[in-house]
Amino acid sequence: MTASPPALLPAPVPPARHLLRARDLADTRYTEPISVDDMARAAGLSRAHFSAEFRRTFGETPHAYLLTRRLERAASLLRATEYSVAAICMEVGWASVGSFTTSFRRCFGVTPTGYRASFPPAKDLARIPGCVLQAYGRPQNRTFREDDAAAPARPSGQFRQPKEDTR
Amino acid sequence: MIRFSSTQLWVHDQAEALDFYTKKLGWEVTSDITIAEMGNFRWLAVAPAGQPDVAVVLMAIPPAPVMDAATAEQVRDLMGKGYAGTLFLTTEDCVAEVERLKTRGVEFIDEPEERPYGIDAGFHDPSGNHLRLAQLRQF
Repeated sequence: MTASPPALLPAPVPPARHLLRARDLADTRYTEPISVDDMARAAGLSRAHFSAEFRRTFGETPHAYLLTRRLERAASLLRATEYSVAAICMEVGWASVGSFTTSFRRCFGVTPTGYRASFPPAKDLARIPGCVLQAYGRPQNRTFREDDAAAPARPSGQFRQPKEDTR
Repeated sequence: MIRFSSTQLWVHDQAEALDFYTKKLGWEVTSDITIAEMGNFRWLAVAPAGQPDVAVVLMAIPPAPVMDAATAEQVRDLMGKGYAGTLFLTTEDCVAEVERLKTRGVEFIDEPEERPYGIDAGFHDPSGNHLRLAQLRQF
């Protein structure tokens, strides 16, 4: 990481900025198998000193921060996608489904599968607007007899609804 | 009051785009739904971490009859030339982000440069969509 040109960053770096760098690492690279050691390294502090400083600054341990960051992403993916639990587990940086499920249940009180089942299907939550549903949902059969006739008028409203917005 | 919600980009390959926006740019999936009864239409949306109320929908160029073949070819052509659209992004540290993105294999078309409004760099996604990354000067 190189420093930015001085014209834009004239002030000295406040101490907490180093800790924020560690938290940024958890926020941006939680999908990779990073650990608290990596966070301490990003802050440029020893592991023990780092954990204490992080907790004093942000109110929770770096381990708890990284863990809840991953769990929040997992919960979001369970709600908003149709990815398998195993895929989501890997996606948010866990190596084994077993320990992921254990952590998830400890945090949310239900298994990942149970959590997903407690929400409407992801398909129903997706903000797919009506115009898209209509365009893609049109029957693809192009052999209607009226194709041969001179441009028949479509019943109004059947193919286009002017004020469709499902958001 | 009208607020900005999400925008859409054409992509030539959704899997490749997903990989780019999540693994390289570091964004998150906010929606990924495939609807079998609509010809496996896939609604795929991504957003920057920490901005869950906005999204970019990564849309595959649809087959006929949703889009006729000639138009699809035109869209693909414009996209490949970099004229299909631009996303304007901001960051606190342009130079550092550019370095980070380069280590992940993102190729920059414009290195970070001083502008009256701050520092600005530019790159393309795999489909050719143009992305700007600016560190805005505080006035």
